[in-house]
Amino acid sequence: MNLSRRDALVLAMGGVAASFLPQAALADAAADAIAAFTGGAATATDGIKLDAPEIAENGNGVPVGVDAPGAVSIAIFATGNPTPGVATFNFGPAAGSQFASTRIRLSKTQDVVAIAKMADGSFKQAQATVKVTIGGCGG
Amino acid sequence: MISRREFIQASLAASTILGASGLSRWSRAMAQQSLTQDQLLEFDTFGNVTLIHITDIHAQAKPIYFREPEINLGVGDALGQPPHVVGKDFLKMFNIEPNTPEAYALTYDNFSDLAKAYGKMGGMDRVATVVKSIKADRPDALVLDGGDTWHGSMTSLLTKGQDMVNIMNQLGTDAMTSHWEWTFGQDRVKEIVEGLPFPFLGANIFDVEWDEPAFEPYKIFERGGVRVAVIGQAFPYMPIANPKWMFPDFSFGIREERMQEVVDEVRAEGVDLVVCLSHNGFDVDKKMVSRVKGIDVILTGHTHDACPEPILVGDTILIASGSNGKFVSRVDLDVRDGQMMGFRHKLIPIFSDVITPDADMAALIDNERAPYKEQLEEVVGQTEDLLYRRGNFNGTWDDLICEAILSERDAEIAMSPGVRWGTTLLPGDNITREDIHNATSMTYGACYRTEMTGETIHTILEDVADNIFNTDPYYQQGGDMVRIGGMGYHIDVSKPIGERISNMTLLKDGSEIDPARSYVVAGWASVNEGTEGPQIWDVIENHVKKIGTVKLQPNTSVVVTGV
Repeated sequence: MNLSRRDALVLAMGGVAASFLPQAALADAAADAIAAFTGGAATATDGIKLDAPEIAENGNGVPVGVDAPGAVSIAIFATGNPTPGVATFNFGPAAGSQFASTRIRLSKTQDVVAIAKMADGSFKQAQATVKVTIGGCGG
Repeated sequence: MISRREFIQASLAASTILGASGLSRWSRAMAQQSLTQDQLLEFDTFGNVTLIHITDIHAQAKPIYFREPEINLGVGDALGQPPHVVGKDFLKMFNIEPNTPEAYALTYDNFSDLAKAYGKMGGMDRVATVVKSIKADRPDALVLDGGDTWHGSMTSLLTKGQDMVNIMNQLGTDAMTSHWEWTFGQDRVKEIVEGLPFPFLGANIFDVEWDEPAFEPYKIFERGGVRVAVIGQAFPYMPIANPKWMFPDFSFGIREERMQEVVDEVRAEGVDLVVCLSHNGFDVDKKMVSRVKGIDVILTGHTHDACPEPILVGDTILIASGSNGKFVSRVDLDVRDGQMMGFRHKLIPIFSDVITPDADMAALIDNERAPYKEQLEEVVGQTEDLLYRRGNFNGTWDDLICEAILSERDAEIAMSPGVRWGTTLLPGDNITREDIHNATSMTYGACYRTEMTGETIHTILEDVADNIFNTDPYYQQGGDMVRIGGMGYHIDVSKPIGERISNMTLLKDGSEIDPARSYVVAGWASVNEGTEGPQIWDVIENHVKKIGTVKLQPNTSVVVTGV
């Protein structure tokens, strides 16, 4: 038997499976992970740039990049993943730029959040919605 | 002092008036059966630069019928805005009289009668005549092809796009961008591009491994003493909407910041005019030029919309030139001191009975068809009904395709992709093998048969619906809704993903679709590698040969709300 669209559906079904977890628990997991990084401090939205595709070409490896000049640390969170914390990049005083990029797995459509900790202890935040879709109907 | 924006707005006002007077003259002329090529091409040459835009030809070298959509819903900010205006509302918005040649070319109302009166449209030999005529006025006019050129017909499939490559070379194309071209596979694309006498532009085409630009992003032309940058933007959702395994080394995406960088780069080079040749789709382009600064003209493609007037977005004019060779846009620009100070525009309808075919191009097209002529033109059956596809929900071509799938593949539910290409047949027409290919031709046409649970079918419908009705254009892929046979459903287009689709019903017994039950589903155009099954055009041909004459029941299986 030919399982059409199987690969794509695995992604979609991953999304369905994840939704069986209580929504509040997921939101809490992301909020907890972010709070652990910021210590609950307020975040500004200027001076940080998050680059992510609008629609993932492959949910198993979504390229994201964060540029936050002057940051000592940048953390990336996939708020809809069972484990929201993706990576934390630390920059030493000799770092030429405070830019990090990586590829992350997204289980379903969700917001990706990047938070930069600045040298003065303040925080900056950027976020983007990345859609993970079945696709297949281009005009 | 008059600002640049005021100049552009004055141009827009003038273009509207010009358009309106031109139209009323045409309807009188058509009534007297005397519409002429000179009237269609009439244009007071203006400024110092001319752009000729054609897009989404879908390999239609010969004249065709193409019925414009009856349903083309806009959501969010796009509600009620072009191109989401159809039929009588469209005629009213653009001041076009019903039943005129323009009404026939641009809308769906009374299509069968008007098609018989005004004839087929398009044909690359007619397009060649139009291009030559414009070049007689302005010899260095730029010919720009928005992509979806090499795919969509039986001859293009059999020649792997070569027939259209030869045709576009002879037309004198100056640059192109791409979408379905990639479905011939990355090796074939690279092979063709190496031999092209013009650039294959795509600022947003990146190498997957290194995430670096993989194709020329732009080309700078010297025209009329002016330096013109043409930036290409390929279809952003290639690996999502079409089979990624056919072009695994390339990544696409809107890449708005990249577009801004490229615009800044050519501006820094000192160009006078920035043109974006885009395959983003109308609403995506509208959003992109509202955020990327410095584009003077965006030539939009992909969503197959034809607009009789440019749309002004900030200081950018957006030109939409339709599909299938039905239209060619001519845009004359006055560029002075590094600024676009005004324009004149005409969407030229290619009435194939009015425009004389260019003899050289006609000979080339016949030559390309000659080896396949017999198989192309073999009559398979007849149709009593108008067969068309374009529109957000089911079209009659897809009703026929789904009927063929259900019958030939013994399935409970059929799925047919909501692509926007596919030409039209009139009631009483013969159905040839080539006609079936015009609605189905592709490199991944296997008609699969599988089982899906009701829940999976629901997920698919929700997912595809969100690709059309997400209120943020950047999350729209630009196709229409997947066509379903054997099952009805309700859709509320105003809702978010997961909440649009309800009342899924199996039509054969009226039962509700059970999320947990498995259904036998057959369809075509799967993006998965290794999909098995007979080619969809063979499935349809077998079905049509069995029934002889196509006679469809009105399709009321999709109930749309939230409009």
